Amino acid sequence: MLALAVRSLVKTYPNGVQALRGIDLEVPEGDFFALLGPNGAGKTTLIGIITSLVNKTSGEVRVFGHDIDSELALAKAAIGVVPQEININYWDSVLNIVTTQAGFYGMTPRAARLRAEDCLRQLQLWDRRRDTGRNLSGGMKRRLMIARALMHRPRLLILDEPTAGVDIEIRRSMWEFLREINQAGTTIILTTHYLEEAENLCRNVAIIDHGQIIERGAMAGVLRKLGAETFVLNLREAVAAAPQLDGYAVARTGDHEIEVEVTKDRSLNEAFAALTAAGLHVVSMRNKSNRLEELFIRLTARSPRPG
Amino acid sequence: MTAGTQLVALCTLVRKECTRVFRIWLQTILPPAMTTALYFLIFGNLIGRRIGQMDGYDYAQYIAPGLIMMQVITTSYGNVVSSFFAAKMQRHLEEMLVAPMASWAIVLGHALGGMVRGLAVAAAVTVVALFFTHLHVAHVLVTFSVVVLTAFVFSLGGLINAILAKNFDDVSIIPSFVLAPLSYLGGVFYSIALLPEFAQQLSRLNPILYMVNAFRYGMLGVSDIDIGLAYAIILAFAALLFGVCLLLIRRGTGIRS
Repeated sequence: MLALAVRSLVKTYPNGVQALRGIDLEVPEGDFFALLGPNGAGKTTLIGIITSLVNKTSGEVRVFGHDIDSELALAKAAIGVVPQEININYWDSVLNIVTTQAGFYGMTPRAARLRAEDCLRQLQLWDRRRDTGRNLSGGMKRRLMIARALMHRPRLLILDEPTAGVDIEIRRSMWEFLREINQAGTTIILTTHYLEEAENLCRNVAIIDHGQIIERGAMAGVLRKLGAETFVLNLREAVAAAPQLDGYAVARTGDHEIEVEVTKDRSLNEAFAALTAAGLHVVSMRNKSNRLEELFIRLTARSPRPG
Repeated sequence: MTAGTQLVALCTLVRKECTRVFRIWLQTILPPAMTTALYFLIFGNLIGRRIGQMDGYDYAQYIAPGLIMMQVITTSYGNVVSSFFAAKMQRHLEEMLVAPMASWAIVLGHALGGMVRGLAVAAAVTVVALFFTHLHVAHVLVTFSVVVLTAFVFSLGGLINAILAKNFDDVSIIPSFVLAPLSYLGGVFYSIALLPEFAQQLSRLNPILYMVNAFRYGMLGVSDIDIGLAYAIILAFAALLFGVCLLLIRRGTGIRS
């Protein structure tokens, strides 16, 4: 079953800006799906329409088969959303924020209180339950929004840049938590600027730019479309110029450092062999950039600009 | 969502609104009581003694129902405006908008929150009035129903204002330039029988006149206007404003882009 089906979705704002230009998207149940795109690509508008915070101009959106035009309440009940911007009531306590949200979904105060303890403990916020929203750190506010979104046990969790501004330790613990709830059956759609995050967590990906999907598919398949990968090699010997390696583009970036571009029809072994033959020894090696990031930059750079 | 779960959602919203009203009672309940005490001191006692009786009552006694009603109107309207507009600006209104809550529950929940504050203020202002004058209630049911319906009408008015408001100016213009003049000219401090014929007819276009007089009838048993007409007008406004609120929330006007 599809957790989300979007057909020919168009959104034109009253000021004439066309944020979405006929989006088609399918997210299977149980998927961990990445929705990527540069700022202003239309990701947040798309999420806004799915969660009914933005009115669509035309097209169709179904959440677990429920059309948002004719079965909006059922569609809403299936979705939990963590927005990009902090939208908690700063004057309310952590516990009140999550139980109130549960109440809006029809959960009784007693059930909401029990569920709140589960969610807040999972996100390490139970000890801060009496604090008001304004007294939480940035990372805590993000975790609180995740706890709030999970209160009614949504089948589809949509996270719009949930780890923005969160330090790496908390980010990694949030990844672990998201993996767990995905494995427990919750479908997750994630937008993020940390492409490493998407590559690590997500099985499928769609890249959106200028309101159109410009690439989609399984993460592994999309990454295979990347023709080449650049590696940074640290050498034991100093080099005055980039060594000549047949079939490889090599650039010198330091006395002991070179960059080697390895196309998908060549292997690193051959590059190492050629370097050894040239009397150079590789001490260490790293990727120049994240693979998905490279693909993302290439795709968005060649994506057509609206006229 | 079933009717039962909608009721839970409605109760959640009302509880949230009431918690806010009583948590900041120094801002929501006390100021109207303070203002009313000053009205009674200046208009009721100092100036009122020189005015003498109006419709057979001491001036302080005559203006008491109007002063209570004026505060009910102002605070029930202001409560919903500030609560809803703040939630809209801080974006935590989205908590409610993403949930499968029915439009009627969103409208009714905010209206009930405004009514609770209006009635709490009415109680506080009544206690203050008792320090300055003697009060009795001629028609309990009329008194109670009119104050409840008036609080409902102005809570809905506040909700419409907050839904349509785009900035802070938009939420201060109506209370300052519409509600205040209509309240002061709505028979709070005088009987319209004192006015020239033209001004009397003009006053009859003011809906607050009907609410103040209906409430005064409930408390003192005197009114400038027919009580049946007053009820008809209050109920018509309640139905009209509820319908407008429902339409705006369903369409997402001012809250969805």
